[in-house]
Amino acid sequence: MSRRILQHPILGNIKNNKILTFSFNGQALTARKGETIAAALLAENIRTLRFHEESGRPRGFYCNIGHCYECRVTVNGKPNVRACLTLVEEGMEVVSLGTLDNPLKEWRNERV
Amino acid sequence: MYDVIIIGAGPAGLSAGITCASSGLHVLILDEFMYAGGRLLGQLYQEPDGTWWNGIEESKRLADKAYTLGIDIHLQTTVINLEKQNETWIVYTEKTTYQGKKLLLATGACESPIPIPGWTLPGVMSIGAAQVMTNVHRVKPGEKGIIIGINVLSLAIAMELKLAGIELYSLALPLASEISGDHAKPKPVFTNLLSFSHMAQNPLLRWGGKTLRFSWLQNLVLRMYPKKGLSVAGLPLQIKTAVTEIIGEDKVEGVKLVHLDANGGAIPGSEHEVKVDFVCIAGGLYPLVELAALVGCVFNYIDELGGYVPLHNEYMETTVEGLYVAGNITGIEGAKVAIAQGTVAGKAILHSFGLISEKEVEDAARFVHEVRKNAPIQFHPNIEMGKRRVMEEWGKVMKKKITN
Repeated sequence: MSRRILQHPILGNIKNNKILTFSFNGQALTARKGETIAAALLAENIRTLRFHEESGRPRGFYCNIGHCYECRVTVNGKPNVRACLTLVEEGMEVVSLGTLDNPLKEWRNERV
Repeated sequence: MYDVIIIGAGPAGLSAGITCASSGLHVLILDEFMYAGGRLLGQLYQEPDGTWWNGIEESKRLADKAYTLGIDIHLQTTVINLEKQNETWIVYTEKTTYQGKKLLLATGACESPIPIPGWTLPGVMSIGAAQVMTNVHRVKPGEKGIIIGINVLSLAIAMELKLAGIELYSLALPLASEISGDHAKPKPVFTNLLSFSHMAQNPLLRWGGKTLRFSWLQNLVLRMYPKKGLSVAGLPLQIKTAVTEIIGEDKVEGVKLVHLDANGGAIPGSEHEVKVDFVCIAGGLYPLVELAALVGCVFNYIDELGGYVPLHNEYMETTVEGLYVAGNITGIEGAKVAIAQGTVAGKAILHSFGLISEKEVEDAARFVHEVRKNAPIQFHPNIEMGKRRVMEEWGKVMKKKITN
């Protein structure tokens, strides 16, 4: 919980400490009520939100305000949800997106 | 059916909504984010008089006023399409559709990325992302970071990160490339820095802002600027150092740096590595205009305003009947200008309903210039010139319309 900025000289201290439980790739985690998925995971030092469709390389949030779509995850079975714009809810199941089949590339590789 | 639908609950959209609802119009404001306030939310800086501009409080003040006036604010609502059927605007969101008589786009700005080897690693983020994470969501972007890009936005946010107790190795330049442009050149960065040096606590820079009007003198000082950087208001500014690569296996573990000469050339043998766990890329802002493009607005590329802007007049009317714009969609400026522009758009809408005189719209438009003149910092030093160019282009298009 040390990554959370609970005290701030100008913005003041955070009083709302209601804790929610959710899961990320099956791992049970907690979030402060009002945190986005991206913020709650970062607070737990989890930066990799998904893996690139083709290369499988890890990706995290980039713009944090919904523009870039780098942070998309599957939430309660719904794919391509932006982790930076979605608040954690009690019992939420968040899963990383991973590589996708690329039959055309496989077909090409077999022949070329 | 709403009288006005506003897209964007930032300073421009909220102030326009407040203006319209104060005269009895039925207003809907839509926004993707979970709080009203737009990018005003993250702002936190000290005014020249020492008081703090707290974006969260300013946003709350505007949103409370909007709610009190009975404005419907639908947050976490993403607009995916716009259509005009006869005189009615149809706004499609992911959840439902809305209808309105007038439409105002107050969608704000987007950050320009600067691609650098390794920039897709988790832990690399835009400078605005770090601001929102720190000030709005209250989670540290990391333990120790580096900012790539030295400009007015990155300096302001670096101060905010420092205030929240987040350690920065430095603010440095990106490696020179076709995309990084002037962001990678010490001279333009230094000249730009001098244009807002009145904010700096460092006496050398403060003196420089007043004295270094001559290019040859700037070159001399730039040549003497220390390689290791200069601490300005407690921020380590490395104007003559560039990040060449972001390194790490599955996340950011560090960066490769190289020192530059005064002309931006890499100094052989000066390559070195520094350990950081997050990297912010600050490539500047450009107007977020996609929705205006969907409905056939005329556009112009105006460098001083940050990129392509929908053509508009002093009353924030666009070339499309019944469509208005306000805030950073019309050019990159501060929140106070956006608030003033929102008021103009709101009054122009009220005038179109026959509720107020044109004189009132005119007065509000004049007030925008005043706010702009008194703004403590400007994102582009020639913003007024850019605005004049828009008005000239508007004149040309309107003349064509009349002669046709």
